[in-house]
Amino acid sequence: MSRRKLNRRQFVAATAATSAVMIAAPYVRGAYAAGKLSMGFWDHWVPGANQASTDLVNEWAAKEKVEVSIDYITSQGKKIELTIAAEAAAKSGHDLIAMPTWWPHAHAELLEPVNDIMGPIIKENGEVNGTVKYLGQSGGKWLAVPACVGSQIKGPCTRIDLMKKHAGIDVQELYPAGSAPKADSWNTETFLKAAEACQKAGVPFGIGLGETTDSVDSAGAFFQAFGAELVNAKGDVTVKTDAVRQALEFYKRLIAALPPDVASWDDASNNKWLVSGKGAMIMNPPSAWAVAKRDAPQIAEQCWTHGFPAGPKGRFAPFLPYFWSIWSFSKNKEAAKSLIVHLSKPSSIEKMVEASGGYDLPAYEKLTTLKIWQEQGPPKGTLYHYPNPYNHQTLSIAASPAPPKIAQQIYAQATMTKMCLRYAQGEKMETTLAWAEGECEGFMRS
Amino acid sequence: MVDAAIGEESIARPRRAASRRGLRNALKRKSTTAFLLTLPLILLIALLVVYPAIYSVHLATLNKSMQRFVGFGNFEFLFKRDTFWLVVKQSCIFAITAVVFKALIGFIVAHFVHNIPAKGQRKWRGMLLVPWVIPPAMSTLAWLWLFDPSYSAFNYTLAFFGIGPIPWTGDAAWARFSVILVNVWYGAPFFMIMYLAALKSVPDQLYEAAAIDGANWWQRIWYVTLPMMRNIIAITTLFSLIVTFANFDIVRILTAGGPLDKTHIFATWAFRVGIEGSDIPLGASVSLFMVPILAVAAIFILRDVNKRGNES
Repeated sequence: MSRRKLNRRQFVAATAATSAVMIAAPYVRGAYAAGKLSMGFWDHWVPGANQASTDLVNEWAAKEKVEVSIDYITSQGKKIELTIAAEAAAKSGHDLIAMPTWWPHAHAELLEPVNDIMGPIIKENGEVNGTVKYLGQSGGKWLAVPACVGSQIKGPCTRIDLMKKHAGIDVQELYPAGSAPKADSWNTETFLKAAEACQKAGVPFGIGLGETTDSVDSAGAFFQAFGAELVNAKGDVTVKTDAVRQALEFYKRLIAALPPDVASWDDASNNKWLVSGKGAMIMNPPSAWAVAKRDAPQIAEQCWTHGFPAGPKGRFAPFLPYFWSIWSFSKNKEAAKSLIVHLSKPSSIEKMVEASGGYDLPAYEKLTTLKIWQEQGPPKGTLYHYPNPYNHQTLSIAASPAPPKIAQQIYAQATMTKMCLRYAQGEKMETTLAWAEGECEGFMRS
Repeated sequence: MVDAAIGEESIARPRRAASRRGLRNALKRKSTTAFLLTLPLILLIALLVVYPAIYSVHLATLNKSMQRFVGFGNFEFLFKRDTFWLVVKQSCIFAITAVVFKALIGFIVAHFVHNIPAKGQRKWRGMLLVPWVIPPAMSTLAWLWLFDPSYSAFNYTLAFFGIGPIPWTGDAAWARFSVILVNVWYGAPFFMIMYLAALKSVPDQLYEAAAIDGANWWQRIWYVTLPMMRNIIAITTLFSLIVTFANFDIVRILTAGGPLDKTHIFATWAFRVGIEGSDIPLGASVSLFMVPILAVAAIFILRDVNKRGNES
């Protein structure tokens, strides 16, 4: 058996030839040449809404040659928050993950800054609202990109017939479909009178005072309408102020006009209240209306989503954005950024908003007048004012403008709704304020 | 040199042979085999229980952003918080009341079942165990609907008798009652089945002797049944106390700690602080606060059981 020997000359020649072929050959891109990207998205409650996200991701993946995997993570039982906490602790997990409201700030140190993509996105879609800046930026650095999927305004959803009959207020006249609001008379005083009238008529407003987000968000917007801040932007405790006292007095009157069990309401209670036909108003995104459209169409056709009443310091509405964030430990940051840019294109946003039936809200000013909100019904135009198309109200989040890490504690512990309940249940004003002050001081730890 | 080398080898050879024999003997021993057979389980427990426990101790010693060691700083902070002491008080009320009622109801029902003729007993045992075999996260959802603030089935029924509506989860006292009630409903069958097993092991001769001595029903229970069941009562109570102190699902689903934090227990408050408030180290500290309380209870109860074991 002969064995052919490779001499030095032959070896050099073979190596040179191989190198030449490799350099000269055309670059053939494989199916997944740009690597892998995994993402954890919020699991939408609207059937079919996830598919719109999947289609957009696949469209991008095919173009960019990236192998993608998507996990839709529910917010039921705080699953998405648990996943975020686990991935942050393990410093491993998805490359890109959807984070609700406070979480980009909570994990700011572990997020890849996205200033480079936020600039062009804002240029294309328009400026973002103040709440998105407050929650998504830290020290001038963008921590995450606002996602339209899951973002929502929790404004009033009113029964047109009951409000007209018992409180003498025509909400369609205040907030006409297709044109600017004429709601100067819609303020906290008229709101209270309407609440009292509807309660007397046996159809009270359904505003929760529990410890879940719907209750906290409503309280937050009303506190801001009175200029009441528990902790100011500098981080000073400002509980013992006249503004906070006014907000508590307002809530004491309001609680007297609400159903007696609101202290135990969760985020489903107000939806059930509206769908059952027992109440004249709730504070919610259009999910309750959408459920009514399916289960109680005669109620849905009397629902109108509109703006918050104005207080002495302005008109505020709770806005809860979701963000797309990239972990600093992600192995494919550039691909993640590219995908976020694709998902933030106006055409992509429009597809996602349509798939959600108008529930999802883009945070950009040029994208608040999409066709879907004009056309949704019955009644036609019921969602026209949902995305705040005329910037009629300031979009805010409860506990702002406190530094986000402190505000998150105030929000999670539902300090504001607890204050309202304590005072309404007969506790002295100063005792309630002292309790809240103690709580806020405890939230300062770093 | 050569002599020395030969000498070392000659010493090492029998030593190696002895160690091989030792290993063989060790493997032949029953205890070694038992240990090797349980080793996978021990490793599994170490992985799933010991590691998380140590990790949570580590977490409890970090600052909020988990970047700095603070020692007992989180506990010092907690001790100054009114809400924390409210949670401690509520956890004790919740666990002790629930365990007492579970034990009492379990004891009574076990006696009833014990007195049912053997033929029909299995059917009753099965039915009475149903609350315990349903996953509590699921059964508590049914209770949630029964207690629903606006559409409570209980209130609907009570309204026929002109009673209510009762704010089952909206008023602090009623909310505490509701969470304890559901915990008792869920846990009483466990006590029942344990006590039933203990009752069946009490020799009939003891009751016959007591009857000859003229003991009445109460004396038979006090002087025969209870002393014979002491160990099982102690162990069951300890076990249930630990599980009830660490309860999460029932309170989380029914009230989520509300209203006004009046139903929070350690686990639900730890979740609120740690996960919802993004303060994992403080949440870990809240959970770990249970450990010394339960350890003290365990030491006392197990010491008592051990003492009685040695006496007998």
